[in-house]
Amino acid sequence: MKKPDALRSLLCVALLAGCTSKPQNQQSSTLRWGGDAEGGAPFVEADPVDPSRVRGFDVEIASMIAHGLGREPVFVQTAWSSLEASAERGDFAVGMSGLEDRKELRQRHSVSLPYFEFREVLAVRTADSARYKKLSDLAHHRVATLGATTAYQILLDAQGSAGVIPVSYDDDIHPYSDLVAGRVDAVLLDHIIAERSLRRTPGFVIQPEPAAVGHYVAVFARADSALRDSADAILRARMRDGSLEKTFRDWKVWDSSQAEHFARVLASPASTSAVKSSLQPAVNATSKPSVVAYLPAFLRAAAITLLLSCLAMALAVSTGMLVAAGRVYGPGIVRVPLTVYVEVMRGTPVLLQLFVIYYGLSSVIRLPAFLAAVIGLGLNYAAYESEIYRAALEAIPRVQLEAARTLGLSEGQILRLVRGPQALRLALAPMTNDFVALLKDSSLVSVITVVELTKQAAIYATNAGSWVVPGILCSLIYLLFSLPLSRYARSLERRWSVTT
Amino acid sequence: MTTALTITGLEVVRGTQQVLRGLDLTVDTGEIVALMGLSGAGKTTVIRAVAALQPFSAGSITLGDVSLKPGPLPPQSRIGPLRARVGMVFQEHALFEHLTVLDNVTLAPVHVRKWSRDRATAAAMQLLESLGVAERAQAYPRQLSGGQAQRVAIARALVLDPQLLLMDEPTSALDPARRVALADTLKQLTEGDRGLLISTHDVDFAEACADRIIKLSDGVIAETQTVA
Repeated sequence: MKKPDALRSLLCVALLAGCTSKPQNQQSSTLRWGGDAEGGAPFVEADPVDPSRVRGFDVEIASMIAHGLGREPVFVQTAWSSLEASAERGDFAVGMSGLEDRKELRQRHSVSLPYFEFREVLAVRTADSARYKKLSDLAHHRVATLGATTAYQILLDAQGSAGVIPVSYDDDIHPYSDLVAGRVDAVLLDHIIAERSLRRTPGFVIQPEPAAVGHYVAVFARADSALRDSADAILRARMRDGSLEKTFRDWKVWDSSQAEHFARVLASPASTSAVKSSLQPAVNATSKPSVVAYLPAFLRAAAITLLLSCLAMALAVSTGMLVAAGRVYGPGIVRVPLTVYVEVMRGTPVLLQLFVIYYGLSSVIRLPAFLAAVIGLGLNYAAYESEIYRAALEAIPRVQLEAARTLGLSEGQILRLVRGPQALRLALAPMTNDFVALLKDSSLVSVITVVELTKQAAIYATNAGSWVVPGILCSLIYLLFSLPLSRYARSLERRWSVTT
Repeated sequence: MTTALTITGLEVVRGTQQVLRGLDLTVDTGEIVALMGLSGAGKTTVIRAVAALQPFSAGSITLGDVSLKPGPLPPQSRIGPLRARVGMVFQEHALFEHLTVLDNVTLAPVHVRKWSRDRATAAAMQLLESLGVAERAQAYPRQLSGGQAQRVAIARALVLDPQLLLMDEPTSALDPARRVALADTLKQLTEGDRGLLISTHDVDFAEACADRIIKLSDGVIAETQTVA
């Protein structure tokens, strides 16, 4: 149940569109099923013995369905947030990976019966176990979860009703490590994930009272209801013969609530809608993903994107100028480390740098997410800016500098009054390009819990089951930011081209 | 009349080539000296060495109580007195493209001498007026003709009232009428205690304005001619 960021999801979908978009053939001897191995055990994970294979209870359930249909399962790696869309467009026949049952999911796709019941549970630091027993105890405190999930929607609702501060993550490991480290005060996630994390990261407790109860389901294309019905029949049979229980026991996720859930499923008519989700009313708020409902969140995310980009660019420009000046004017002992800085920052992914600054350095300095994002993007872009400024500084004719020297200006004055202003004119166009690129790259900071524009669009898209409206809205806001900037830069260039 | 510039035994080596070989030269105040010679004879090298833009390997350059010694160029911070005594007009004018004519001329007074902007502007406008380009004070260098740009460059070099003005190939971008006008202007500039050292290919111009013409050949003085 991991949510890679929206860009990666889109890329994944795009690649699948090119490589695997063959509609599922009913007569095929294989059953292609989609899951996300990045989500890990016990759902789907790469087999440690043979990483080319996957394992997990969703893998075994997919195998049960395939074999029940007389086919062989074929795994298709797909980003979690794209499973529904990929199933609908025919990239595979069935999608599973801890997919949560939701009303909108059933409205847009064919959905299996609920094969597992999970509880949304609150995890808090051991020392806080008596203070924070439920969400309403966490007013004005940071509560972490995965973005675009039922739990995230519960937190958004609790933000309005109880004043909690939702913090969105792109993976389900760091919320718990940040809980122990004190960056957040609680984590709301599925009990399976909480229990798995407790084994990995001691130092917190799971409160016994669930905030909500939900179900995992498999998703099919809307037109594939016949295949869904066949899969439901197979799942019911595996519930009856105990093989599904054995799978869950093998993966240590079986408990008494599952037995009761199985009994309810088997007692209900063979229609999946007969089993009602017992999610709390807060979760039902997800059933109105209209533009108007999401507009405030979009505008807030847009403001974050703009502020983040402006601050990061200011840091990039100022640092880039210092680095460029050091490389042009400094002695070897200064130039060498600055050159190493530029090459390292340009030669490694900004995503990795964000991880290192936010998570890697957390034992030394615990930066707030927004500040870490500004620093990460700013220092990365500073390397690119410094190269632009260095090239621009070196493009100023030597005779201009000599003329300034004969007037008696100091080297600092020459840089500030003669060389720098002329270099700035040369650097303006590439600087504008970089700022537009930074605006777009700011979407990467969602990996360190900052909900910016693209992340908000991904959350909206996941809930709406479509990227059309969120994608258009998101694009319009980006264009709203970047187009005036480009126009202003062009007008400055025109003005300066007249005077110089 | 006093000596504005004394050059003694000046030697400049560039790579394996000896550009100047023990050059001796003086320029008096009120005197215009023209350096002539073929390309590569060392004219511009002399001008650049006096302006502390070209290191030299032997000899000395003295302007009043300021001397330049052989070796690497001294840091800009150590040659303030020299900068105060020498102004230079480059062949390409080298006006600062991002500044107006007025800002080009007031840059050094405001930022080096720390004059008030009003005082610097008044001095600059007076110079521009005397050189006939005051009406272009708010123009940018790109908007000037070659002659106008050169007069602005002269104003920029003279605004701090140096005792020696260096000019490198001042007529290279001028038509014949402008050359005559420039010669007259330069004569006016030396009606005081200022000397001029000019590098030029232009014989007619040199004869029209110079008091002495020094012909360089292969890094040494081949001939000195006093103009009547």
